[in-house]
Amino acid sequence: MIAIIDYGMGNLHSIHNALKKVGGDPVIISDSTKLSGADAVVIPGVGSFGDCMTNLAPFRDKLFEVINSGIPMLGICIGMHVLFDHGEESDCAGFGLIAGDVIRLPQGVKIPQMGWNELWIRQDSDLLSGINNGDFFYFVHSYYCIPEDDSTITASTDYGVDLAAVVEKDNIHAVQFHPEKSSSKGLIILNNFVEMVRC
Amino acid sequence: MLAKRIIPCLDCDLGVRQGRVVKGVKFKQIRYAGIPWELAEEYDKQGADELIFLDITASHERRETMAKVIEKTSENVFMPLTVGGGIGSLKDARNAFNAGADKVSVNTAALKNPDLINDIAKYFGTQACVIAIDAKRRYGREASREVVDTPQGECWFECSFYGGREFTGIDAIQWAVEAEERGAGDIMLTSMDRDGTKDGFDIELTSAISDSVNIPVIASGGCGTLEHILEVFKKTNASAALAASIFHFREYTVSDVKEYLKKNGVHVRI
Repeated sequence: MIAIIDYGMGNLHSIHNALKKVGGDPVIISDSTKLSGADAVVIPGVGSFGDCMTNLAPFRDKLFEVINSGIPMLGICIGMHVLFDHGEESDCAGFGLIAGDVIRLPQGVKIPQMGWNELWIRQDSDLLSGINNGDFFYFVHSYYCIPEDDSTITASTDYGVDLAAVVEKDNIHAVQFHPEKSSSKGLIILNNFVEMVRC
Repeated sequence: MLAKRIIPCLDCDLGVRQGRVVKGVKFKQIRYAGIPWELAEEYDKQGADELIFLDITASHERRETMAKVIEKTSENVFMPLTVGGGIGSLKDARNAFNAGADKVSVNTAALKNPDLINDIAKYFGTQACVIAIDAKRRYGREASREVVDTPQGECWFECSFYGGREFTGIDAIQWAVEAEERGAGDIMLTSMDRDGTKDGFDIELTSAISDSVNIPVIASGGCGTLEHILEVFKKTNASAALAASIFHFREYTVSDVKEYLKKNGVHVRI
């Protein structure tokens, strides 16, 4: 079972439908105890950094427990941001699972970045299997992650700055774009994630 | 680099079971085009970047049909979906999001109650709030209007509401700026003079609005050929182009449009 954490901030239809489409067995959970039986966890991306941390607080202990157990985890957009140490948006601490900060997009570009942008692959990864350099993904965000360890960035995208689009560390996978809104290429990534669950 | 977006618009008549996509000309005559989610899947295969579903019947009993259309579409189509037409309150917006929409497009209700923009942005994020502006040229110079030079003479642009049936006296350029300040994430800009004519986008209108705001502007109204779409991207700062009839009636596919744009130096997702 792939647990999609529902922390009460918007609809989770797309990610649920998309995981189902690629053969996964997603379940939307709003109660942290249900995380126990999960084979994988998805933190979807909606809202602001501070609100997300507040609403995710009840999941914290259980979330750390299952992530430490080594099951695959996927953070999407804000769900990626909260994995880091600190968010500038609400001047708020994140989960600190990946060392680094989340800061605002640079001046000189339209904020939020909204639309399809190219992915530039830096390293091979199971999550990106079947994705080609320059494939487009759908982004909606005003802030971006700067991991302390550059080598955790497996793909980047160019929007006023060369920013981390995919960050991976052990069983933790995080994407800045929305795979569930990125048509067939997004489904490839979600399929790769579902394959990890099966392994 | 961010790609220019191509957005097919599905004008939905929800007065029949399952709904159907229709196309009007100059906001009036109606031609039938197909079942909404079937067209949506077809456009996904062709490489559409986003889809907009507009409820042109917009009455309360038909909301459920739109919810069904969106639910059904979002089972198989994985791209941003916008719902518009008759979104009158935060509750309507919530219902659309619950059905699987990513954005709502608001026109009349926002002109009557601009705070609705702030509310949608606050609860669902600026990216979820599209302001639709239906603008008509008013020739001549008037005090306190944003006057634009066009080949046909000086004019300002007036916002209309209720699906083009009534006029507001509100200046479209000023309204776009206010909408951005209040938290709109996109402006969907339709030229009433061009809508359904296939004479091409209103370049002066699109230029004036996209130069006045920092949020993306979706150009709409008048698209009849591939050259029209190229023209709007070459001559204005529009981030996206919307078209309906050229796609519905299979004159061109979305991939035809994108191949043509790419060949002519426009950055698009292929």
